[in-house]
Amino acid sequence: MPNELPAPALMPTRPALRDPAWAARVFWALAGLALLWPAVVLTEFKPWVLLEPGALKPALNFVGAFIPPRMDAEFLGLLARETWRTVAMATAGLTLALLLAIPLSLLSVRVLSLSSLTGRMAMVPSVLRQGVRWLLLVLRSVPELVWALVFVRVVGLGPTSGVLAIALTYSGMLGKVYADIMESGDAHATTNLMRNGSGRLQAFFYGLLPQNAGELTSYTVYRWECAIRSSAVLGFVGAGGLGQLMDSSMKMFNGSEVASILLVFMALVWLADRMSAMLRKGLA
Amino acid sequence: MKIILHGISGQHPSAKPGAVPALREQNLTVRAGEQLAVIGPSGAGKTTLLHLLACALKPSAGRLLLDDQDPWQLSRRELQELRGALFLAPQVPPLPPRQRVVTAVLAGRLPHESLWASLRSLFYPTDIALAERALAGFDVSDKLFDRVDRLSGGERQRVGLARALVSQASLILVDEPLSALDPTRSQHAIETLTRAAQERGATLVATLHHVEMALAHFPRIVGLRDGQVAFDLPAAEVTPQHLQALYAQHLHELSGLASTEADALPTDPAPVVMHCR
Repeated sequence: MPNELPAPALMPTRPALRDPAWAARVFWALAGLALLWPAVVLTEFKPWVLLEPGALKPALNFVGAFIPPRMDAEFLGLLARETWRTVAMATAGLTLALLLAIPLSLLSVRVLSLSSLTGRMAMVPSVLRQGVRWLLLVLRSVPELVWALVFVRVVGLGPTSGVLAIALTYSGMLGKVYADIMESGDAHATTNLMRNGSGRLQAFFYGLLPQNAGELTSYTVYRWECAIRSSAVLGFVGAGGLGQLMDSSMKMFNGSEVASILLVFMALVWLADRMSAMLRKGLA
Repeated sequence: MKIILHGISGQHPSAKPGAVPALREQNLTVRAGEQLAVIGPSGAGKTTLLHLLACALKPSAGRLLLDDQDPWQLSRRELQELRGALFLAPQVPPLPPRQRVVTAVLAGRLPHESLWASLRSLFYPTDIALAERALAGFDVSDKLFDRVDRLSGGERQRVGLARALVSQASLILVDEPLSALDPTRSQHAIETLTRAAQERGATLVATLHHVEMALAHFPRIVGLRDGQVAFDLPAAEVTPQHLQALYAQHLHELSGLASTEADALPTDPAPVVMHCR
Protein backbone atom coordinates (compact mmCIF):
# COMPACT_ATOMS: atom_id res chain seq x y z
CA MET A 1 0.00 0.00 0.00
CA PRO A 2 1.64 3.19 -1.15
CA ASN A 3 2.02 5.94 1.37
CA GLU A 4 0.35 9.02 -0.07
CA LEU A 5 1.70 11.47 2.46
CA PRO A 6 4.95 13.15 1.46
CA ALA A 7 7.86 12.87 3.83
CA PRO A 8 7.68 15.62 6.47
CA ALA A 9 9.88 18.53 5.55
CA LEU A 10 11.13 21.32 7.80
CA MET A 11 9.50 23.94 5.58
CA PRO A 12 6.39 22.50 3.96
CA THR A 13 6.09 23.63 0.37
CA ARG A 14 2.34 24.07 0.48
CA PRO A 15 1.67 27.58 1.86
CA ALA A 16 -1.41 26.41 3.78
CA LEU A 17 0.79 24.30 6.05
CA ARG A 18 3.21 27.06 6.97
CA ASP A 19 2.97 28.42 10.52
CA PRO A 20 1.42 31.89 10.06
CA ALA A 21 2.99 33.20 13.30
CA TRP A 22 6.55 32.47 12.12
CA ALA A 23 7.39 35.84 10.54
CA ALA A 24 6.09 37.79 13.55
CA ARG A 25 8.08 35.62 15.94
CA VAL A 26 11.34 36.20 14.03
CA PHE A 27 10.62 39.91 13.79
CA TRP A 28 10.04 40.38 17.53
CA ALA A 29 13.08 38.31 18.46
CA LEU A 30 15.29 40.47 16.22
CA ALA A 31 13.62 43.66 17.42
CA GLY A 32 14.31 42.67 21.03
CA LEU A 33 17.99 42.13 20.27
CA ALA A 34 18.20 45.44 18.40
CA LEU A 35 16.73 47.26 21.42
CA LEU A 36 19.03 45.47 23.84
CA TRP A 37 22.20 46.45 21.97
CA PRO A 38 22.24 50.20 22.78
CA ALA A 39 21.53 49.35 26.42
CA VAL A 40 24.56 47.06 26.52
CA VAL A 41 26.74 49.76 24.96
CA LEU A 42 25.41 52.49 27.24
CA THR A 43 25.97 50.55 30.46
CA GLU A 44 29.52 49.53 29.40
CA PHE A 45 28.54 45.96 29.99
CA LYS A 46 31.92 44.17 30.05
CA PRO A 47 31.66 41.31 32.52
CA TRP A 48 35.20 40.14 31.72
CA VAL A 49 36.78 43.09 33.62
CA LEU A 50 35.68 41.27 36.79
CA LEU A 51 38.22 38.58 36.05
CA GLU A 52 41.20 40.88 35.45
CA PRO A 53 43.80 40.28 38.18
CA GLY A 54 43.98 43.95 39.20
CA ALA A 55 40.27 44.06 39.96
CA LEU A 56 39.92 40.53 41.25
CA LYS A 57 42.49 40.71 44.03
CA PRO A 58 41.02 43.49 46.24
CA ALA A 59 37.54 42.07 45.77
CA LEU A 60 38.67 38.60 46.83
CA ASN A 61 40.52 40.12 49.79
CA PHE A 62 37.33 41.85 50.97
CA VAL A 63 35.19 38.75 50.51
CA GLY A 64 37.90 36.63 52.14
CA ALA A 65 37.65 38.79 55.24
CA PHE A 66 33.96 37.68 55.53
CA ILE A 67 35.19 34.42 57.05
CA PRO A 68 34.73 33.92 59.89
CA PRO A 69 31.74 36.18 60.64
CA ARG A 70 32.12 38.18 63.84
CA MET A 71 30.32 36.31 66.59
CA ASP A 72 31.47 37.73 69.95
CA ALA A 73 28.86 38.54 72.56
CA GLU A 74 29.30 42.32 72.41
CA PHE A 75 28.75 42.45 68.66
CA LEU A 76 25.88 39.96 68.78
CA GLY A 77 24.12 42.12 71.36
CA LEU A 78 24.52 45.16 69.13
CA LEU A 79 23.36 43.10 66.16
CA ALA A 80 20.24 41.90 67.97
CA ARG A 81 19.30 45.47 68.95
CA GLU A 82 19.77 46.81 65.42
CA THR A 83 17.93 43.83 63.92
CA TRP A 84 14.97 44.55 66.16
CA ARG A 85 15.13 48.20 65.11
CA THR A 86 15.18 47.23 61.42
CA VAL A 87 12.22 44.87 61.77
CA ALA A 88 10.33 47.52 63.70
CA MET A 89 11.13 50.13 61.07
CA ALA A 90 9.97 47.87 58.22
CA THR A 91 6.81 46.84 60.09
CA ALA A 92 5.85 50.34 61.18
CA GLY A 93 6.59 51.67 57.69
CA LEU A 94 4.47 48.98 56.08
CA THR A 95 1.61 49.53 58.53
CA LEU A 96 1.55 53.23 57.77
CA ALA A 97 1.73 52.40 54.07
CA LEU A 98 -1.29 50.10 54.43
CA LEU A 99 -3.28 52.85 56.14
CA LEU A 100 -2.71 54.98 53.06
CA ALA A 101 -2.78 52.25 50.40
CA ILE A 102 -6.06 50.54 51.32
CA PRO A 103 -8.31 53.60 50.96
CA LEU A 104 -6.45 54.70 47.84
CA SER A 105 -6.79 51.31 46.16
CA LEU A 106 -10.49 51.19 47.09
CA LEU A 107 -10.92 54.61 45.51
CA SER A 108 -9.14 53.59 42.33
CA VAL A 109 -10.44 50.06 41.73
CA ARG A 110 -12.85 50.04 38.78
CA VAL A 111 -14.73 46.92 39.83
CA LEU A 112 -16.37 48.89 42.65
CA SER A 113 -17.92 51.43 40.28
CA LEU A 114 -21.70 51.59 40.43
CA SER A 115 -22.07 53.50 37.19
CA SER A 116 -20.02 50.98 35.20
CA LEU A 117 -22.45 48.22 36.21
CA THR A 118 -24.43 49.30 33.17
CA GLY A 119 -22.22 50.50 30.38
CA ARG A 120 -19.53 53.12 30.75
CA MET A 121 -18.30 54.65 33.97
CA ALA A 122 -19.66 58.12 34.63
CA MET A 123 -17.44 61.15 34.10
CA VAL A 124 -16.73 62.25 37.69
CA PRO A 125 -15.89 58.82 39.16
CA SER A 126 -13.73 58.01 36.16
CA VAL A 127 -11.72 61.22 36.58
CA LEU A 128 -11.43 60.59 40.34
CA ARG A 129 -10.15 57.04 39.78
CA GLN A 130 -7.60 58.24 37.24
CA GLY A 131 -6.51 60.98 39.65
CA VAL A 132 -5.95 58.50 42.47
CA ARG A 133 -3.94 56.30 40.09
CA TRP A 134 -1.71 59.26 39.26
CA LEU A 135 -1.24 59.99 42.97
CA LEU A 136 -0.17 56.38 43.50
CA LEU A 137 2.23 56.73 40.58
CA VAL A 138 3.82 59.84 42.09
CA LEU A 139 4.13 58.17 45.50
CA ARG A 140 5.90 55.12 44.17
CA SER A 141 8.06 56.74 41.51
CA VAL A 142 10.03 58.75 44.08
CA PRO A 143 12.61 56.25 45.49
CA GLU A 144 12.44 55.70 49.25
CA LEU A 145 16.05 56.88 49.45
CA VAL A 146 14.99 60.33 48.27
CA TRP A 147 12.06 60.44 50.71
CA ALA A 148 14.48 59.41 53.48
CA LEU A 149 16.91 62.20 52.60
CA VAL A 150 14.00 64.65 52.73
CA PHE A 151 12.76 63.37 56.09
CA VAL A 152 16.23 63.21 57.63
CA ARG A 153 16.32 66.97 57.12
CA VAL A 154 12.86 67.38 58.67
CA VAL A 155 12.86 64.98 61.63
CA GLY A 156 16.61 64.44 62.01
CA LEU A 157 18.70 61.27 61.93
CA GLY A 158 17.05 58.09 63.16
CA PRO A 159 14.46 55.46 62.33
CA THR A 160 11.53 57.91 62.07
CA SER A 161 12.70 59.19 58.71
CA GLY A 162 13.11 55.59 57.52
CA VAL A 163 9.58 54.71 58.62
CA LEU A 164 8.11 57.70 56.83
CA ALA A 165 10.12 57.03 53.67
CA ILE A 166 8.98 53.40 53.52
CA ALA A 167 5.40 54.43 54.27
CA LEU A 168 5.20 56.85 51.34
CA THR A 169 6.90 54.77 48.65
CA TYR A 170 5.26 51.54 49.69
CA SER A 171 1.78 53.03 49.86
CA GLY A 172 2.18 53.86 46.17
CA MET A 173 3.30 50.34 45.30
CA LEU A 174 0.76 48.56 47.50
CA GLY A 175 -2.12 50.73 46.35
CA LYS A 176 -1.35 50.17 42.69
CA VAL A 177 -0.81 46.42 42.97
CA TYR A 178 -3.83 45.91 45.27
CA ALA A 179 -6.00 47.62 42.67
CA ASP A 180 -4.45 45.50 39.90
CA ILE A 181 -4.99 42.27 41.84
CA MET A 182 -8.62 43.13 42.56
CA GLU A 183 -9.26 44.06 38.94
CA SER A 184 -7.66 40.93 37.50
CA GLY A 185 -9.66 38.56 39.71
CA ASP A 186 -13.14 37.28 38.88
CA ALA A 187 -15.52 40.21 39.45
CA HIS A 188 -18.76 38.25 39.12
CA ALA A 189 -19.45 37.95 42.86
CA THR A 190 -18.79 41.64 43.47
CA THR A 191 -20.85 43.00 40.58
CA ASN A 192 -23.74 40.71 41.46
CA LEU A 193 -23.81 42.05 45.02
CA MET A 194 -23.87 45.62 43.76
CA ARG A 195 -26.54 44.77 41.18
CA ASN A 196 -28.68 43.45 44.00
CA GLY A 197 -28.38 46.74 45.85
CA SER A 198 -25.45 46.40 48.27
CA GLY A 199 -23.18 49.32 48.93
CA ARG A 200 -19.69 49.41 47.49
CA LEU A 201 -17.94 48.74 50.80
CA GLN A 202 -20.31 45.88 51.54
CA ALA A 203 -19.55 44.46 48.09
CA PHE A 204 -15.86 44.80 48.89
CA PHE A 205 -16.08 42.91 52.18
CA TYR A 206 -18.47 40.20 50.94
CA GLY A 207 -17.25 39.79 47.35
CA LEU A 208 -14.01 41.41 46.31
CA LEU A 209 -11.97 40.72 49.46
CA PRO A 210 -12.77 36.99 49.89
CA GLN A 211 -12.24 36.57 46.15
CA ASN A 212 -8.69 37.98 46.29
CA ALA A 213 -7.60 37.59 49.93
CA GLY A 214 -4.88 35.02 49.21
CA GLU A 215 -3.10 37.07 46.58
CA LEU A 216 -3.39 40.28 48.58
CA THR A 217 -1.88 38.66 51.68
CA SER A 218 1.00 37.01 49.91
CA TYR A 219 1.86 40.25 48.14
CA THR A 220 1.74 42.17 51.43
CA VAL A 221 4.15 39.73 53.10
CA TYR A 222 6.46 39.93 50.10
CA ARG A 223 6.43 43.72 50.44
CA TRP A 224 7.29 43.39 54.13
CA GLU A 225 10.35 41.41 53.06
CA CYS A 226 11.23 44.18 50.59
CA ALA A 227 10.76 46.77 53.35
CA ILE A 228 13.33 44.97 55.51
CA ARG A 229 15.81 45.06 52.65
CA SER A 230 15.14 48.69 51.83
CA SER A 231 15.47 49.68 55.48
CA ALA A 232 19.07 48.43 55.09
CA VAL A 233 19.64 50.86 52.27
CA LEU A 234 17.99 53.64 54.28
CA GLY A 235 20.45 53.00 57.12
CA PHE A 236 23.19 54.25 54.81
CA VAL A 237 21.64 57.73 54.86
CA GLY A 238 21.33 57.72 58.63
CA ALA A 239 17.94 56.13 59.26
CA GLY A 240 19.42 53.68 61.79
CA GLY A 241 19.04 49.92 62.04
CA LEU A 242 21.12 47.19 60.44
CA GLY A 243 21.87 49.41 57.45
CA GLN A 244 23.65 51.99 59.55
CA LEU A 245 25.65 49.25 61.26
CA MET A 246 26.56 47.83 57.86
CA ASP A 247 27.55 51.30 56.65
CA SER A 248 30.07 51.76 59.46
CA SER A 249 31.42 48.22 59.08
CA MET A 250 31.84 48.76 55.34
CA LYS A 251 33.66 52.03 55.89
CA MET A 252 36.10 50.25 58.20
CA PHE A 253 36.49 47.36 55.70
CA ASN A 254 35.46 45.00 58.49
CA GLY A 255 34.41 41.99 56.38
CA SER A 256 33.57 39.72 59.30
CA GLU A 257 31.02 42.21 60.66
CA VAL A 258 29.49 42.66 57.19
CA ALA A 259 29.20 38.89 56.92
CA SER A 260 27.33 38.63 60.24
CA ILE A 261 24.92 41.36 59.16
CA LEU A 262 24.32 39.68 55.81
CA LEU A 263 23.56 36.40 57.61
CA VAL A 264 20.93 38.21 59.67
CA PHE A 265 19.42 39.59 56.47
CA MET A 266 19.22 36.11 54.98
CA ALA A 267 17.54 34.84 58.14
CA LEU A 268 14.98 37.64 58.00
CA VAL A 269 14.19 37.01 54.34
CA TRP A 270 13.87 33.30 55.06
CA LEU A 271 11.51 34.12 57.92
CA ALA A 272 9.35 36.30 55.69
CA ASP A 273 9.27 33.54 53.11
CA ARG A 274 8.09 30.96 55.67
CA MET A 275 5.49 33.36 56.98
CA SER A 276 4.13 34.00 53.50
CA ALA A 277 3.97 30.27 52.76
CA MET A 278 2.16 29.67 56.04
CA LEU A 279 -0.35 32.45 55.46
CA ARG A 280 -1.04 31.34 51.92
CA LYS A 281 -1.63 27.81 53.13
CA GLY A 282 -3.99 29.06 55.81
CA LEU A 283 -5.95 31.12 53.29
CA ALA A 284 -5.84 28.58 50.46
CA MET B 1 -43.57 44.70 42.46
CA LYS B 2 -45.46 45.59 39.31
CA ILE B 3 -43.57 45.53 36.02
CA ILE B 4 -44.44 47.25 32.75
CA LEU B 5 -42.24 46.85 29.69
CA HIS B 6 -43.09 49.20 26.90
CA GLY B 7 -41.49 48.60 23.48
CA ILE B 8 -38.28 47.61 25.15
CA SER B 9 -35.09 46.53 23.36
CA GLY B 10 -31.87 45.42 24.93
CA GLN B 11 -28.50 43.97 24.11
CA HIS B 12 -25.40 43.08 26.01
CA PRO B 13 -22.99 46.04 26.35
CA SER B 14 -20.22 44.09 24.61
CA ALA B 15 -22.39 43.29 21.57
CA LYS B 16 -21.33 44.89 18.31
CA PRO B 17 -23.03 48.26 17.70
CA GLY B 18 -24.81 47.17 14.51
CA ALA B 19 -25.89 43.77 15.86
CA VAL B 20 -29.56 42.82 16.15
CA PRO B 21 -30.61 43.37 19.80
CA ALA B 22 -31.12 40.21 21.86
CA LEU B 23 -34.57 41.51 22.76
CA ARG B 24 -36.53 43.67 20.31
CA GLU B 25 -39.36 46.11 21.06
CA GLN B 26 -41.30 43.94 23.43
CA ASN B 27 -44.29 44.76 25.63
CA LEU B 28 -45.03 42.89 28.82
CA THR B 29 -47.00 43.61 31.98
CA VAL B 30 -46.57 41.65 35.20
CA ARG B 31 -48.81 42.28 38.19
CA ALA B 32 -47.40 42.52 41.69
CA GLY B 33 -47.01 39.08 43.24
CA GLU B 34 -47.40 37.27 39.93
CA GLN B 35 -45.23 34.26 39.12
CA LEU B 36 -43.98 33.91 35.60
CA ALA B 37 -41.75 31.46 33.77
CA VAL B 38 -39.89 32.50 30.64
CA ILE B 39 -39.10 29.64 28.27
CA GLY B 40 -37.54 29.47 24.85
CA PRO B 41 -34.56 28.08 22.96
CA SER B 42 -30.98 29.15 23.61
CA GLY B 43 -30.25 32.67 22.48
CA ALA B 44 -33.90 33.71 22.56
CA GLY B 45 -33.13 36.65 24.85
CA LYS B 46 -34.23 35.17 28.17
CA THR B 47 -31.16 36.31 30.11
CA THR B 48 -31.28 39.73 28.47
CA LEU B 49 -34.89 40.09 29.59
CA LEU B 50 -33.94 39.25 33.19
CA HIS B 51 -31.02 41.66 33.13
CA LEU B 52 -33.30 44.42 31.85
CA LEU B 53 -35.76 43.74 34.68
CA ALA B 54 -32.94 43.70 37.24
CA CYS B 55 -31.71 47.12 36.05
CA ALA B 56 -28.44 45.37 35.29
CA LEU B 57 -28.78 46.42 31.67
CA LYS B 58 -29.97 49.73 30.33
CA PRO B 59 -32.60 49.32 27.60
CA SER B 60 -31.41 50.51 24.19
CA ALA B 61 -34.97 51.55 23.38
CA GLY B 62 -38.35 51.64 25.10
CA ARG B 63 -39.27 52.04 28.74
CA LEU B 64 -39.22 49.92 31.84
CA LEU B 65 -41.55 50.79 34.70
CA LEU B 66 -41.14 49.15 38.10
CA ASP B 67 -44.09 50.12 40.32
CA ASP B 68 -44.86 52.92 37.81
CA GLN B 69 -41.38 54.34 38.21
CA ASP B 70 -38.76 54.49 35.46
CA PRO B 71 -35.53 53.35 37.18
CA TRP B 72 -33.39 55.04 34.53
CA GLN B 73 -34.84 58.44 35.44
CA LEU B 74 -33.60 58.06 39.00
CA SER B 75 -30.34 59.37 40.35
CA ARG B 76 -27.61 56.80 40.87
CA ARG B 77 -28.23 56.72 44.60
CA GLU B 78 -31.97 56.22 44.19
CA LEU B 79 -31.37 53.55 41.55
CA GLN B 80 -29.08 51.68 43.94
CA GLU B 81 -31.77 51.92 46.61
CA LEU B 82 -34.31 50.50 44.16
CA ARG B 83 -31.91 47.66 43.32
CA GLY B 84 -32.18 46.62 46.95
CA ALA B 85 -35.78 45.66 46.19
CA LEU B 86 -34.70 43.54 43.21
CA PHE B 87 -32.93 40.23 43.44
CA LEU B 88 -31.16 38.69 40.46
CA ALA B 89 -29.80 35.15 40.80
CA PRO B 90 -27.57 34.53 37.78
CA GLN B 91 -27.20 31.09 36.28
CA VAL B 92 -23.61 30.76 37.50
CA PRO B 93 -23.82 31.33 41.27
CA PRO B 94 -21.78 34.43 42.13
CA LEU B 95 -19.99 33.08 45.21
CA PRO B 96 -16.34 33.75 46.08
CA PRO B 97 -14.61 30.35 46.42
CA ARG B 98 -13.04 31.05 49.80
CA GLN B 99 -16.23 32.33 51.43
CA ARG B 100 -18.20 30.20 53.85
CA VAL B 101 -21.73 29.18 52.90
CA VAL B 102 -23.29 31.00 55.86
CA THR B 103 -21.60 34.28 54.82
CA ALA B 104 -22.51 33.76 51.18
CA VAL B 105 -26.19 33.26 52.06
CA LEU B 106 -26.37 36.16 54.49
CA ALA B 107 -24.89 38.40 51.77
CA GLY B 108 -28.42 38.42 50.34
CA ARG B 109 -29.39 40.69 53.24
CA LEU B 110 -26.69 43.32 52.58
CA PRO B 111 -28.92 45.95 50.92
CA HIS B 112 -31.19 45.97 53.97
CA GLU B 113 -28.54 46.36 56.65
CA SER B 114 -26.00 48.99 57.55
CA LEU B 115 -22.31 48.71 56.71
CA TRP B 116 -21.57 48.36 60.41
CA ALA B 117 -24.05 45.50 60.83
CA SER B 118 -22.64 43.69 57.81
CA LEU B 119 -19.08 44.01 59.16
CA ARG B 120 -20.16 42.68 62.53
CA SER B 121 -21.79 39.75 60.76
CA LEU B 122 -18.43 38.92 59.14
CA PHE B 123 -16.93 38.74 62.62
CA TYR B 124 -19.72 36.54 63.95
CA PRO B 125 -22.70 35.72 61.67
CA THR B 126 -25.65 37.61 63.14
CA ASP B 127 -28.51 35.41 61.99
CA ILE B 128 -27.25 31.85 61.58
CA ALA B 129 -30.79 30.49 62.03
CA LEU B 130 -32.04 32.53 59.07
CA ALA B 131 -29.29 31.17 56.82
CA GLU B 132 -29.97 27.67 58.06
CA ARG B 133 -33.69 27.94 57.28
CA ALA B 134 -32.97 29.28 53.79
CA LEU B 135 -30.53 26.46 53.08
CA ALA B 136 -32.95 23.85 54.43
CA GLY B 137 -35.41 24.88 51.72
CA PHE B 138 -32.90 23.59 49.20
CA ASP B 139 -31.61 20.56 51.20
CA VAL B 140 -28.16 22.01 51.80
CA SER B 141 -28.43 23.05 55.46
CA ASP B 142 -25.69 20.55 56.35
CA LYS B 143 -23.20 22.70 54.42
CA LEU B 144 -23.82 25.77 56.58
CA PHE B 145 -20.22 26.24 57.73
CA ASP B 146 -18.45 24.70 54.73
CA ARG B 147 -16.47 26.74 52.29
CA VAL B 148 -18.01 27.40 48.87
CA ASP B 149 -15.11 25.80 46.99
CA ARG B 150 -15.77 22.52 48.82
CA LEU B 151 -19.27 22.28 47.29
CA SER B 152 -20.37 20.54 44.12
CA GLY B 153 -21.83 22.54 41.23
CA GLY B 154 -25.39 21.66 42.20
CA GLU B 155 -24.83 22.58 45.84
CA ARG B 156 -23.36 25.92 44.81
CA GLN B 157 -26.39 26.65 42.68
CA ARG B 158 -28.71 25.90 45.59
CA VAL B 159 -26.66 28.09 47.94
CA GLY B 160 -27.05 30.87 45.35
CA LEU B 161 -30.82 30.35 45.42
CA ALA B 162 -30.90 30.30 49.23
CA ARG B 163 -29.55 33.83 49.10
CA ALA B 164 -32.82 34.87 47.39
CA LEU B 165 -34.81 33.67 50.39
CA VAL B 166 -32.73 35.78 52.76
CA SER B 167 -33.10 38.96 50.75
CA GLN B 168 -36.19 41.05 51.28
CA ALA B 169 -36.63 41.79 47.58
CA SER B 170 -40.10 42.31 46.15
CA LEU B 171 -39.00 41.22 42.67
CA ILE B 172 -37.07 37.97 42.41
CA LEU B 173 -35.41 37.15 39.10
CA VAL B 174 -33.81 33.75 38.70
CA ASP B 175 -31.87 32.67 35.64
CA GLU B 176 -31.94 28.93 34.94
CA PRO B 177 -32.16 27.93 38.61
CA LEU B 178 -32.22 24.21 37.82
CA SER B 179 -29.40 23.87 35.31
CA ALA B 180 -27.17 21.83 37.66
CA LEU B 181 -29.85 19.97 39.66
CA ASP B 182 -31.30 16.47 39.38
CA PRO B 183 -35.10 16.08 38.88
CA THR B 184 -36.03 15.55 42.57
CA ARG B 185 -33.91 18.43 43.76
CA SER B 186 -35.28 20.61 40.92
CA GLN B 187 -38.82 19.87 42.02
CA HIS B 188 -38.10 20.78 45.63
CA ALA B 189 -36.05 23.86 44.72
CA ILE B 190 -38.76 25.32 42.48
CA GLU B 191 -41.44 24.61 45.12
CA THR B 192 -39.36 26.42 47.75
CA LEU B 193 -38.84 29.39 45.47
CA THR B 194 -42.48 29.77 44.43
CA ARG B 195 -43.71 29.33 48.01
CA ALA B 196 -41.25 31.89 49.38
CA ALA B 197 -42.25 34.41 46.72
CA GLN B 198 -45.93 33.80 47.46
CA GLU B 199 -45.53 34.17 51.23
CA ARG B 200 -43.99 37.59 50.97
CA GLY B 201 -46.04 38.69 47.94
CA ALA B 202 -42.97 39.10 45.77
CA THR B 203 -43.09 38.95 42.00
CA LEU B 204 -41.13 35.97 40.66
CA VAL B 205 -39.73 35.75 37.14
CA ALA B 206 -37.71 32.66 36.27
CA THR B 207 -36.16 31.57 33.02
CA LEU B 208 -36.32 27.82 32.61
CA HIS B 209 -34.98 25.34 30.14
CA HIS B 210 -37.11 22.67 31.71
CA VAL B 211 -40.50 23.14 30.04
CA GLU B 212 -42.45 20.56 32.09
CA MET B 213 -41.20 22.13 35.30
CA ALA B 214 -42.31 25.55 34.08
CA LEU B 215 -45.78 24.30 33.12
CA ALA B 216 -46.21 22.44 36.40
CA HIS B 217 -45.16 25.19 38.78
CA PHE B 218 -45.88 28.53 37.15
CA PRO B 219 -49.36 29.91 36.44
CA ARG B 220 -48.15 32.05 33.54
CA ILE B 221 -45.74 31.13 30.75
CA VAL B 222 -44.00 33.51 28.36
CA GLY B 223 -42.40 31.93 25.30
CA LEU B 224 -39.49 33.88 23.87
CA ARG B 225 -38.00 33.27 20.47
CA ASP B 226 -35.46 35.37 18.56
CA GLY B 227 -35.87 38.29 20.93
CA GLN B 228 -39.65 38.41 20.63
CA VAL B 229 -42.53 37.18 22.76
CA ALA B 230 -43.98 34.23 20.81
CA PHE B 231 -46.81 33.60 23.29
CA ASP B 232 -47.89 34.78 26.73
CA LEU B 233 -50.47 32.40 28.16
CA PRO B 234 -51.73 30.80 31.36
CA ALA B 235 -49.90 27.50 31.81
CA ALA B 236 -53.08 25.50 31.18
CA GLU B 237 -53.49 27.00 27.72
CA VAL B 238 -50.00 26.22 26.47
CA THR B 239 -50.42 23.43 23.91
CA PRO B 240 -47.80 21.09 22.43
CA GLN B 241 -48.24 23.05 19.18
CA HIS B 242 -47.11 26.23 20.92
CA LEU B 243 -44.03 24.45 22.21
CA GLN B 244 -43.27 22.84 18.85
CA ALA B 245 -43.38 26.23 17.17
CA LEU B 246 -41.31 27.83 19.93
CA TYR B 247 -38.57 25.26 19.76
CA ALA B 248 -38.66 24.62 15.96
CA GLN B 249 -35.08 23.82 14.89
CA HIS B 250 -34.19 23.54 18.57
CA LEU B 251 -36.31 20.46 19.31
CA HIS B 252 -33.48 18.72 21.16
CA GLU B 253 -33.82 21.41 23.83
CA LEU B 254 -37.47 20.56 24.38
CA SER B 255 -36.55 17.08 25.64
CA GLY B 256 -35.94 18.57 29.05
CA LEU B 257 -32.33 17.45 29.19
CA ALA B 258 -31.46 20.68 27.51
CA SER B 259 -27.90 21.67 27.06
CA THR B 260 -27.43 24.48 29.51
CA GLU B 261 -25.28 26.95 27.77
CA ALA B 262 -23.23 29.04 30.13
CA ASP B 263 -23.35 32.78 29.65
CA ALA B 264 -20.80 32.61 26.88
CA LEU B 265 -20.73 36.29 26.13
CA PRO B 266 -17.89 37.62 24.02
CA THR B 267 -15.76 39.55 26.44
CA ASP B 268 -12.40 41.22 26.07
CA PRO B 269 -9.49 38.97 26.91
CA ALA B 270 -8.53 39.42 30.57
CA PRO B 271 -5.07 40.86 31.22
CA VAL B 272 -2.37 38.40 32.20
CA VAL B 273 -2.51 37.71 35.92
CA MET B 274 0.80 38.42 37.62
CA HIS B 275 1.19 35.76 40.28
CA CYS B 276 4.65 36.71 41.47
CA ARG B 277 5.58 40.30 41.93
